[in-house]
Amino acid sequence: MASHRILPGFRLSLSFALTYLCLLVLIPLVALFTKASSLTPQQFIAAAWTERSRAAYYVTFSSSAVAAMIDTVLGLMLAWVLVRYDFPFKRLFDSLVDLPFALPTAVAGLVYSSLYVKKGWLGQFLFPWGIELAYSQSAIIMVLTFIGLPFVVRTVQPVLESLDADVEEAAACLGASRWQTFTRVLLPALFPALTTGFALTFARAIGEYGSVVFVSSNKPKETEIAPFLIIQKLEEFKYAEATAVAIVLLIASFAMLIVINTLERRTQAANSAAN
Amino acid sequence: MSIIVKNLSKQFGNFKALDNVSLEVPSGSLLALLGPSGSGKTTLLRIIAGLENADSGQVQYENEDVTQQSPKDREVGFVFQHYALFRHMTVFENVAFGMRVRHRPKSEINERVHELLHLVRLEGLHQRYPSQLSGGQRQRVALARALAVKPRMLLLDEPFGALDAKVRQELRQWLRQLHDEIHLTTVFVTHDQEEAFEVADRVVVMNKGHIEQSGTPQEVFDHPATPFVMDFLGNVNVFHGRVENGMAMMGALNIAYPDYPHAESRNATAYVRPHELDIEHAPFGTSSLEARVMQVNPAGSVAKVRVFSEEFGLALNVDLNLERYAELQLKPGDLVYVAARRVRVFMPPAADYAI
Amino acid sequence: MHSIPKHLPTAKVAATSRSRSAQEDPWWVRWTLISLSVLVLIVLVILPVANVFYHAFSNGFGAYWKNLTGDPATLHAIQLTLFVVPIAVFANVIFGVAAAWAITRFRFPGRTILTTIIDLPFAISPVVAGLMFVLLFGARGYFGPWLQQHDIKILNAWPAIVLATTFVTLPFVARELIPVMEAIGSEEEIAAISLGANGWQTFWRVTIPNIKWGLLYGVILCNARAMGEFGAVYVVCGRIIGKTETMPIRVNTLFEGGTAASYASSFAVASLLTMLALVTLFIKIALEHKTQADLKEAAEIQQTE
Repeated sequence: MASHRILPGFRLSLSFALTYLCLLVLIPLVALFTKASSLTPQQFIAAAWTERSRAAYYVTFSSSAVAAMIDTVLGLMLAWVLVRYDFPFKRLFDSLVDLPFALPTAVAGLVYSSLYVKKGWLGQFLFPWGIELAYSQSAIIMVLTFIGLPFVVRTVQPVLESLDADVEEAAACLGASRWQTFTRVLLPALFPALTTGFALTFARAIGEYGSVVFVSSNKPKETEIAPFLIIQKLEEFKYAEATAVAIVLLIASFAMLIVINTLERRTQAANSAAN
Repeated sequence: MSIIVKNLSKQFGNFKALDNVSLEVPSGSLLALLGPSGSGKTTLLRIIAGLENADSGQVQYENEDVTQQSPKDREVGFVFQHYALFRHMTVFENVAFGMRVRHRPKSEINERVHELLHLVRLEGLHQRYPSQLSGGQRQRVALARALAVKPRMLLLDEPFGALDAKVRQELRQWLRQLHDEIHLTTVFVTHDQEEAFEVADRVVVMNKGHIEQSGTPQEVFDHPATPFVMDFLGNVNVFHGRVENGMAMMGALNIAYPDYPHAESRNATAYVRPHELDIEHAPFGTSSLEARVMQVNPAGSVAKVRVFSEEFGLALNVDLNLERYAELQLKPGDLVYVAARRVRVFMPPAADYAI
Repeated sequence: MHSIPKHLPTAKVAATSRSRSAQEDPWWVRWTLISLSVLVLIVLVILPVANVFYHAFSNGFGAYWKNLTGDPATLHAIQLTLFVVPIAVFANVIFGVAAAWAITRFRFPGRTILTTIIDLPFAISPVVAGLMFVLLFGARGYFGPWLQQHDIKILNAWPAIVLATTFVTLPFVARELIPVMEAIGSEEEIAAISLGANGWQTFWRVTIPNIKWGLLYGVILCNARAMGEFGAVYVVCGRIIGKTETMPIRVNTLFEGGTAASYASSFAVASLLTMLALVTLFIKIALEHKTQADLKEAAEIQQTE
């Protein structure tokens, strides 16, 4: 659009933004990949694919996936309740959903580590039942669920709000029960938002370190997550090995980012086409 | 299937959407609910469909009281103003939806959907998504979807409101034809009087939550029951004056008004449509009004003339047919005489007065 | 311009004030879902927050105060956080405004790629981010030897903490501003230019007043994340007690201290960070109302045109 060039500051703003991004994001990324490329493929695999690292990926990805799934279910329920129903203190509960965004992860880790131990506020009820969440993979899943809680709620909520009541009424007039309307009409309409929310939660969870390090026993091959392994390698000054693990993590994150972007673009396209 | 509505009332907050409305829709008829926005017509339609609950009153289909039934059980075909198509489903799936939730066999669904797509002339588009259709096509999908479940009646909310003028015209005629083919009791809501008159065989005019008049289009147009109906159905010239002794005196216009033979003088208002006024160069008849031509606009199917009476400070709109216009050769500034061929006089209701 | 709500606001209001019988769920469904949701929020969110304060104040306010102020290392961690965070936030505000201006006011090749690159730090694990800076500035890193020769200390010192924090919080301001500026559109700015204002005048008198709430919102979020950043800082700061510890790192050190006293101190520092989160949340709610009102106004003005 040529008319936009009427405004000044194109060169200044763009060159500043690009320089900033280069210095802060691109050069460090290049450093990471250069370091990785200094390894031969065999070396890379030897570093990134050890028994210990495979176990760490497994813990990271499985915990993240489970947490993201829990958050998807909880998030859908919370979004539904917050959009559709009225109840006392609704606004308060609505804003509490954002707390995991605002609360430093170290605090989340600290407090979750104290809640589920034997004498903790929740642990005292769970221990008699034989449920020992503290320091296990369950603890990792719990804290990742907390960290990721807002994502699904906040992606589904606006979509749910923008759905026209007409569509549900049309389904009812055509003889659909409430449940049929939900599964056949509403859920498919919410599906892209749910997937985006899932992907955001998952992406956030695989990179998470601060909270997990508090609640996990960080035992190699059992409860050690990949970011923790990176730090272990760094502390042993094994930069190349740390880098190799980091690359695996990074590729997984980028894949999620691509998925998220495609999904968002598709939802936007669908929405604008229908208007 | 006839629809009988008895004493419906509905309030939204402080706003009275329906005030004790009763109505009967004869079986097999095509009825238009006509009125300005806020007149309660859509609310009435939604209550008939069960999408809204009335505060009081009753809805019957034939002899069955459905007031407490949910929309799911009413078997009503409802077409929404903005179609409300399921955007993640193809045209085929949209139309099939009602049968799918009823778990009908696949072969039956297939057959019925294709039959309906043929009826609404959308064969070959069954794989498209709603976003790939034009407005008129979406409207027809919505109609096919509503008809697919063999509803007991068809209810349409402003069915042509969101379409452009040409498509609207086509779809109106098409809806009329469709109704003549399938004879389903049909009610549609519109704010466009032309649309109501062209399509419906019964028109119900609504205003401020109550029914002003109902009847055939001819009855309603020729014999408006209230000033509101008169005003709503097209342009009118309004004269204020008095009635007494069987005469209505509206300034210079004096008209016989046998409906009021009493001696006591009362305020009244007279309504004259532009095409019911005539213009001459010389005074004529018992009462003609001297006026000056302000504007003439002969572009269109009639010539629109605007005249101003200095004596009464009154501007009038006159529609002349084009032959008459050519004959008169009017120019702005001409002094002319205006007379009414037909006048409708309405007296404001007076509680203390009884005929 | 997909981000502007296209519905007529009046139609929306009328629709919600109606009771849509077809949208209503049975009372027992409503009741069950509401109870479950409230329970989830209590267990997942409210209990943890209460627990922080419970542990922090378990030995009384006096002990709490002593835990915070009696330990020079803790005090230094608070000071370091208060020193590092404003630098990171300020840098990201400048960047966010510049990037949003370029992206929303001009069309140029690579515009969408630029938007994606801005999002990258969200997708990179903070630990990996920290690692990248170690690879650049560490003793065995690419610039390590050169830095050592010139006696410049970046890693295990405040510059690295600033870098890591800035990196992790880079997208916040830009991401917040881009949709706001997109929605507001450039008509007002073009009008200002056509009336003879120069670029800076236009920016300060037209753009900034229009985006101020969105900008503030971005700053608040950026600030909260910056103060709480753990993983990236953990990798680059060296964790030298009393020198390179920020508040979250201090929480970790005290937590690992193992004694009951350090455990209580750990919760004391955590309680400060929790209060920060609560204040952030509070401001966020207030600002959300403002920005939504602004967007609605912009949408209405565009509709009337």
